[in-house]
Amino acid sequence: MKPAPFNYAKPSSVDEAIALLGGDATLLAGGQSLVATLNMRLSAPDLLVDINGIGELSGISVDGGTVRIGALTRHRELERSEVIAAQAPLIAEAVPLIAHPAIRNRGTIGGSIAFADPAAELPACLLALDGAVEIAGSGGRRKVSAGEFFRGLYDTALEEGELITAIEVPVAAGNQRFAVEEVARRHGDYGMAGVMASVTVNGAAVEAARLVYLAAGGTPMLAEGAGAALAGNAIDEASIGAAQSALQDDLDPFDDMNSTAATKLHLARVMTERALKRIAGA
Amino acid sequence: MPDSIDIPPVVVTATVNGERVSRAVEPRMNLVDFLREELELTGSHIGCEHGVCGACTVRVDGTIVRGCLMLAVQADGAQVLTIEGLSESGEIADLQENFKTRNAAQCGFCTPGMLMTAAELLAENPGAGRTEIREHISGNFCRCTGYQAIVDAIEETGKNRGEK
Repeated sequence: MKPAPFNYAKPSSVDEAIALLGGDATLLAGGQSLVATLNMRLSAPDLLVDINGIGELSGISVDGGTVRIGALTRHRELERSEVIAAQAPLIAEAVPLIAHPAIRNRGTIGGSIAFADPAAELPACLLALDGAVEIAGSGGRRKVSAGEFFRGLYDTALEEGELITAIEVPVAAGNQRFAVEEVARRHGDYGMAGVMASVTVNGAAVEAARLVYLAAGGTPMLAEGAGAALAGNAIDEASIGAAQSALQDDLDPFDDMNSTAATKLHLARVMTERALKRIAGA
Repeated sequence: MPDSIDIPPVVVTATVNGERVSRAVEPRMNLVDFLREELELTGSHIGCEHGVCGACTVRVDGTIVRGCLMLAVQADGAQVLTIEGLSESGEIADLQENFKTRNAAQCGFCTPGMLMTAAELLAENPGAGRTEIREHISGNFCRCTGYQAIVDAIEETGKNRGEK
């Protein structure tokens, strides 16, 4: 199908973009989800505000203990960035799993976070890394932690008239271990289950573990019970089993056309074991 | 939704296959429709129109994109290369020859997108193995070949390039 008619504006600054928002306007970043929904007429805005001409939204930098990723940074840039590989290895591991090369060339981190698909990789990464979202609106800029940003199915802390300007994640510490495990029907498809694991170790013991699951509820799901089951223990059969058991209460997957909730929970447990064993072996 | 009569056309000026073109189009026109309808470059195909099948893959500013997930207005000022231009450039003559030899094109519908996608992999990593090739073309559907012959053709091309 073809999109319904819309007007088009291409602002060159964040302030200009904000002035255009409101009413029935929609932001166009990479467009890799939005244009598909326009084509299918699942969305029919009056105005598209194309933010691809706003230079300040691009680029990756490190400032003290924080990696700052401009909202317009493409998945391919993340994939190829030495800064991301060194300072945010969880993201580096997750990005090749996002869709296909032609889509990674266009898709942006800000778009993925704003869209907040619970099966997508980057929202889960952001929550696993306990990062933050920088948001601009007519009242200025504010920062929202990942935990407060994802509110429900495709629902975020973004208010009308706001846009994401950057994503921030802490620089990986020497005692942190990361692993991404995901199962998809075909390479590049949305995962049926997956875990983004960020584990802080103290010698052989786990100090803290943030295991975030995709396709396991309405938002990326932080498994607090599984994290508690691992804290203070070495990663072994017993602690892995305890973490797997806790997922019953931590996660809230739903049936879809590919698998039942029970299958997804099972797969999440399998991904948990794989991720933790890989971390323990590192 | 506004009435399309009320929406002013937007002028798109781009370099397509080395030639500067300019057209006034509706903002809602997808890039692949622009190429096919306005420029009569029908080598880029339209399959699913929602970014799944890869038949509309073209190169914009040096990297491949989905022609159905980018608006024509977004290509303003861009360098666009379609299968027509890529073919004429000779960049993938070897790949095309291997597609023929290996029978990697059957009905041919996916072939332009498949070639665009494979060209990017071969340019970046001619030594890619079969798993990497399969991952790279995972966003391009072929309903005829079962992919085996396509992977063969890409692998063969990469090997030959590596030997040169």
